[in-house]
Amino acid sequence: MTVELFVFWLLALVAVGSAVMVIGARNPVHSVLFLILCFFNAAGLFVLIGAEFLAMVLVVVYVGAVAVLFMFVVMMLDINFVRLREGFINYLPVGALVGLVLLAELILVGGSWALREPVAAGASTLEGMDNTRALGRLLYTEHFLVFQIAGVVLLVAIIGAIALTLRERVGVKRQDIARQVHRRPAETLVLERVEPGKGV
Amino acid sequence: MVDAFSTTIWPVTVLVFQILLVVVPLLLAVAYLTYAERKIIAAMQLRQGPMTVGPYGLLQPLADGLKLFLKETVIPTGANKVVFVLAPMITFILALIGWAVIPFGNGIVLADINVGVLYLFAVSSLGVYGIIMAGWASNSRYAFLGALRSSAQMVSYEIAIGLIIISVLISAGSLNLSAIVRAQAEQGWYVFWHFPMFLIFLVAILAETNRHPFDLPEDEASLVTGYNVEYSSMTFALFFLGEYANMILMSAIASVLFLGGWLPPLPIWPLTWIPGPLWLILKICLVLFVFIWARATLPRYRYDQLMRLGWKVLLPLSLGWVVLTAGVVLAFDLAQGGAG
Repeated sequence: MTVELFVFWLLALVAVGSAVMVIGARNPVHSVLFLILCFFNAAGLFVLIGAEFLAMVLVVVYVGAVAVLFMFVVMMLDINFVRLREGFINYLPVGALVGLVLLAELILVGGSWALREPVAAGASTLEGMDNTRALGRLLYTEHFLVFQIAGVVLLVAIIGAIALTLRERVGVKRQDIARQVHRRPAETLVLERVEPGKGV
Repeated sequence: MVDAFSTTIWPVTVLVFQILLVVVPLLLAVAYLTYAERKIIAAMQLRQGPMTVGPYGLLQPLADGLKLFLKETVIPTGANKVVFVLAPMITFILALIGWAVIPFGNGIVLADINVGVLYLFAVSSLGVYGIIMAGWASNSRYAFLGALRSSAQMVSYEIAIGLIIISVLISAGSLNLSAIVRAQAEQGWYVFWHFPMFLIFLVAILAETNRHPFDLPEDEASLVTGYNVEYSSMTFALFFLGEYANMILMSAIASVLFLGGWLPPLPIWPLTWIPGPLWLILKICLVLFVFIWARATLPRYRYDQLMRLGWKVLLPLSLGWVVLTAGVVLAFDLAQGGAG
């Protein structure tokens, strides 16, 4: 058994195991931590097939940003762990059905996997380039339109999130730095000459 | 047997030796960084700093380390034990593994990978986990508030750091740190070309490492000491070491990205005679001095000011600079690495 094969099995088994633990763990924070472990092993698998850019982006985006927000939310929730388990048997048939459908779809997709003609043609011109350069070349030339549309979709999501959470509150004191900086002593200070023993 | 020795055992031994060659000096540097910090701040405040342990207090960091080592590790009753113990380890390990891709000289690097910059960015963005796990597992309000502040802060400033790094990448045309330094040998240090970004980078790494004036996660006035309030002895020491090792790592990143890494300031005789790693160390010390200087000089930011600075000032500026850099590179046809 070569070292590479051993590493593959290690990463794959830990990834699957931690994925199971994501839904198996009693504590939601532990679930998120297992999810992170799963992401790491997936990144390791990417490195094994030579897709180091994807591996790093997976870690930066999913582990470094998305999972942090997950964790943030899950930690703030006041969850009753016992009640969470109650309906498990009731939901099991539906859950199993969804799982089976997904599995069947994955098998169908995986069984007939082939690169579409234009993609394969584009890939051949990228021979010998490093990962990052090849991806950039493809994204910004051949798939430029798709890339832009993805950007627009994300922009809509940002605007949606802002529109949902933005609310005007009365009585909030905000700091206006420009106003603070432009304040002159003449506008705010009054100098008075006070007679001794009299007060203002 | 001979075959297994030459293909597996010997390379692994060499690698372990190389790793130790980086880690041991790094830990010593961390110890003496705490000493330097106390001495420099003392000098700025017209005090003497540590003077009693050893000549000029030089053995003070060792005494501190020994003290922490001999104390009892206390794990709070309500704490989530596994996560509680895991958190300081993660902080410490993440502060060390970043060094794998830092080039100390031309070709002197542990792992010369093509996505070195992304690797560093990933490692620094993971740093938040040690803190957030510590805050949650401690089962303490102060620790939890500190962890929440810290995670929001680090996620916010990471974006500015990422955009600044993109500007540098556009100029260098590579994600490989050694290639970035070599590009600076040809084009001149990026601190000249990207000077505003260098300043923003310094501000952002202060926030990213939870240092003054952005050390709100450890704000003793409102949070006791924030996320590490429940930690004692070696678990605390690991946080402490991790924080200082992170400072050194961030200084190293700033040196490599902006200050020309192992390059001498001018390629002329007496300067080129000094070996590259020494130049890198000098530059790291320079950035570290800025860290300590900021701590001695600036008052702590208020939390809303911190968020405002990150999102409304640094983010637009660095995003604008990315567009400007890309525009200049395109307009004057300066793209590096060309057709490659």
